[in-house]
Amino acid sequence: MKILVCISNVPDTTTKVKFKEGDSLFDDSGVQWIINPWDELALTRAMELKEDAGNSVNEICVIHVGGASADATLRKALAIGADKAVRIDACPADAYHVAGQIAEYLKENPFDIILSGIESSDYNGSSVGAMIAEFMDYPGISSVTSVNLDDDDIQINRAIPGGKQVLKTEAPFVAVVQKGIATEPRIPSMRGIMMARKKPLEVKPAVELEVLTESIKFELPQEKGACKMIDSESAEQLVELLKNEAKVL
Amino acid sequence: MSVIAFAKNWNGKFKNSTFELVSYTKALANQLNTNMVVLSIGEVAEEELKLLGNYGADKVLTVSNPQLNTLTSRAYADIVAKAANSVEAEVIVLSDNNSGKAIAPRVSVKLKAGHVAAVQELPLSLDPFVVKKSVFSGKAFGHIQIKSDKKILTIAKNCFGLVANPCDVAIEEFALDIDTNLFKVKIIQEEEQKDKVILSDADIVVSAGRGMRSPENWTPVEELAEVLGAATACSRPVSDEGWRGHEEHVGQTGKVIAPNLYIAAGISGAIQHVAGISRSKCIVAINTDPEAPIFSVADYGIVGDVMDVLPRLTKALRNSKS
Amino acid sequence: MNFEFTEEQLMIRDAARDFAQRELLPGVIERDEKAIYPTEQVKKLGELGFLGMLVGLDYDGGGMDTISYVLAMEEISKIDSSVSVIMSVNNSLVCWGVEKYGTEEQKQKYLKPMARGEKIGAFLLSEPEAGSDATSQRTTAVDMGDHYLVNGTKNWITSGKTASTYIVIAQTNPELKHRGINALIVEADSEGISVGPHENKMGMRASDTHSVMFNNVKVPKENLLGEEGFGFKFAMKSLEGGRIGIASQALGIASGAYELALKYAQERKTFGKEIINHQAIAFKLADMATEIEAARFFCLKAAWLKDQGKPYGHASAMAKLYAAETAMKVTTEAVQIHGGYGYVKEYHVERLMRDAKLTQIYEGTSEIQKIVISRGLVD
Ligand SMILES: Cc1cc2nc3c(=O)[nH]c(=O)nc-3n(C[C@H](O)[C@H](O)[C@H](O)COP(=O)(O)OP(=O)(O)OC[C@H]3O[C@@H](n4cnc5c(N)ncnc54)[C@H](O)[C@@H]3O)c2cc1C
Ligand SMILES: Cc1cc2nc3c(=O)[nH]c(=O)nc-3n(C[C@H](O)[C@H](O)[C@H](O)COP(=O)(O)OP(=O)(O)OC[C@H]3O[C@@H](n4cnc5c(N)ncnc54)[C@H](O)[C@@H]3O)c2cc1C
Repeated sequence: MKILVCISNVPDTTTKVKFKEGDSLFDDSGVQWIINPWDELALTRAMELKEDAGNSVNEICVIHVGGASADATLRKALAIGADKAVRIDACPADAYHVAGQIAEYLKENPFDIILSGIESSDYNGSSVGAMIAEFMDYPGISSVTSVNLDDDDIQINRAIPGGKQVLKTEAPFVAVVQKGIATEPRIPSMRGIMMARKKPLEVKPAVELEVLTESIKFELPQEKGACKMIDSESAEQLVELLKNEAKVL
Repeated sequence: MSVIAFAKNWNGKFKNSTFELVSYTKALANQLNTNMVVLSIGEVAEEELKLLGNYGADKVLTVSNPQLNTLTSRAYADIVAKAANSVEAEVIVLSDNNSGKAIAPRVSVKLKAGHVAAVQELPLSLDPFVVKKSVFSGKAFGHIQIKSDKKILTIAKNCFGLVANPCDVAIEEFALDIDTNLFKVKIIQEEEQKDKVILSDADIVVSAGRGMRSPENWTPVEELAEVLGAATACSRPVSDEGWRGHEEHVGQTGKVIAPNLYIAAGISGAIQHVAGISRSKCIVAINTDPEAPIFSVADYGIVGDVMDVLPRLTKALRNSKS
Repeated sequence: MNFEFTEEQLMIRDAARDFAQRELLPGVIERDEKAIYPTEQVKKLGELGFLGMLVGLDYDGGGMDTISYVLAMEEISKIDSSVSVIMSVNNSLVCWGVEKYGTEEQKQKYLKPMARGEKIGAFLLSEPEAGSDATSQRTTAVDMGDHYLVNGTKNWITSGKTASTYIVIAQTNPELKHRGINALIVEADSEGISVGPHENKMGMRASDTHSVMFNNVKVPKENLLGEEGFGFKFAMKSLEGGRIGIASQALGIASGAYELALKYAQERKTFGKEIINHQAIAFKLADMATEIEAARFFCLKAAWLKDQGKPYGHASAMAKLYAAETAMKVTTEAVQIHGGYGYVKEYHVERLMRDAKLTQIYEGTSEIQKIVISRGLVD
């Protein structure tokens, strides 16, 4: 079995976002780029599946649509343990465009399991995984908290509001994963980092695809007013304020 | 031409977020000077469907096939796309919840409709069609232009509110063949906690962090949540340590929520945590450290020990009720 | 000249940072206070390959360059120097010497498990009467024909209790003075070895520092490192590289304290403004940042020379001297910037200040570095 993990390259979670050129572009100066946290967990789960002898997972490939600046992130994925990385050389315009590129790749290079994170922490589109599923006409499962393979029998847990579901499906399929899919992302080992040097990082040209949306401007949320401090003895006062001032009770 | 909203039900019932969706879509239809259609999938009683009329729906299409009582994103997307085509919808609107997130992208591909998730308000302009969405995990907003003829939006919870707009609803069965090939995913087990308030729906959330010190100390949090009818939540380390379940984790890598009232007890307010709660209408912070960053995003703050303050607050609320 | 790191070097730095944040930060205060050896943390560090990162791939090491080692040591030392000292001793005082001067059999038997981090190594040079003056070794290794018989006491031995493999420096031919000294690989569980109690230290309290006593310990002849009489030179060569490790540790302690101070100075308000807006504090931070950057360049320069196969003893002594002095100064200022909060354990800087002190003492005191440096000036 082969697993494809979609990787998005995003600003570190502590980044204070700034914009430039009349607030039309994200200002990436000084920004530390990381593997999107959910994608990193997806990769970790893929590694765990490969290491488990109870199934036939034998290849993990990571794929990213973007420019060469993401190569460092892809190398990190290789150092963590992916066997191969593919970068589709295009400026990712929107989720439709990214998913379309990945689907084109999948048509030539089939995979059994495609994992994508629930959203990428920059544009928060939360749609790449489901769009790939649609482009490929595959089943797609959202809110996935675990993927288990027992002798290649696929069992999936999915979070539903206030509970969970256990599902079965057939490969190929797309799982859109969220917290719980793996406990902790892996730290690449020295050996992994050395090996990453020798693993393939293929760069593929992009296909022509329509761009359906475009971000034209950014704005920062309004500053919050000052916090009203209440004495720790006066819980009644807080209740009063929540009722009559904030009107949220 | 029209605007169509997909109204998801939960065991045959709609939620406030559904009515918010209908209110939003109605306002959008008015802006576009067109009519609105609401689509419902799965078995829903006529009484319940009529409730949609309270918020401006005058036409409801329903696909009341029991096979569709549980969400199958592939089949649902297929129906949403077909319904949108049948009413020549220009804009398709869904709620930005689990099902919306699963269906909208598929419909976008089917119809080549530009898709924007987590839209915050009515379009900023109609021509060009520009909407505002949250980006960078709530740290900013983006203005996104949709260039395609057809457009599909999911709208963020609590972004619009409920707008009463009573209408006479016409309920029509939307007949179509359902492709059984689209049911490749089989549910083999399902667990639901019926008695608990669901975090993503909750109007009030009581959330606690590492300041609680140990998982045995959660009683005051639960008691406060109970008097408030609130859902409980937690910070990431708390769920990582296994003190609480993953489903309670809010923040950038957990759930992003937007309740009316968010009470943060013993939470420092790290940037990643705040990313998940910043859209709450009102934030109350309780922390022993007056310098804790949570106070810079809170509306009301109490410097004090959670183990004292929470029980006091619970008592004050009980008193004010009786 | 090129000031860019490679993608790999940055990846190692990030891996070390993630490890330090995730595995070392939780519990660091308690481990320090109660002097608890970081068993789990060292095990994980070994699994990730940090304990043998400088050893070649053929001997199960990470095959990394010394620049990467500096970056990794800095990141780990920002959080927990008790852990980084174990890493430094294993990599640069023990593995390095066996890889460089050991026989193939010694490498297979002793180097590989240490490079994998499964076994820990210790370096036994110092004695009660031989610290700065390492030539006056009183530990003896008498040539008995088919083995050496070792007797004596070693002091201040990092990983003294945990280590499985010792490199012991001992006198075989006293009449030849320091040219009679040998370096031997000794298995820690050999008969006749006893380990003294844990030293109750001021800083780096979680690393295990012990005296090790040898009483008629038989060491096979094949465990001699290098030639007969090479021991003193061996020790000095090992320390040349070791000092890059300790210099990077000092650098990490300094930059860890600086980062905490910078953050605190932006949060803490007095007289209506953040204290960073008081010039006295801002200038302190400016000095700290400048000195840390200089220390970093020293460390990287020494590492670069070593990677290029050029002489680096002079550079590593300068790096060790400057970085250790910087660590002491910067951590003291970091406590000052924190005011009273800096004086309690929760804010980490007091621990860093205590840890910094050791970097001025071990692997050659600051005074000794000046001797090394000044001798290099006239050579
Ligand atoms: C990639 C990444 C993603 C992340 N995503 C998330 C995320 O999605 N959600 C999230 O929450 N975090 C996330 N984090 C973690 C985040 O950085 C913080 O570590 C975390 O939010 C801190 O949790 P906390 O506030 O519970 O704990 P702490 O930071 O330890 O804060 C505890 C607070 O409790 C207060 N306190 C202590 N005792 C008491 C008492 N008796 N009474 C009252 N107050 C008390 C303290 O003053 C302190 O402010 C992420 C981190 C990374 C690196
Ligand atoms: C926690 C810890 C861990 C250690 N780990 C190890 C280890 O793993 N292996 C190991 O072999 N050793 C280890 N050491 C020993 C360490 O290297 C020695 O303590 C150090 O070399 C100093 O020796 P000393 O303590 O005997 O001081 P001394 O040599 O007695 O020095 C006392 C003072 O005199 C100064 N001084 C000495 N000679 C001169 C001179 N010629 N000119 C000017 N000033 C001089 C010194 O700088 C110092 O200020 C460790 C020490 C500590 C505290």
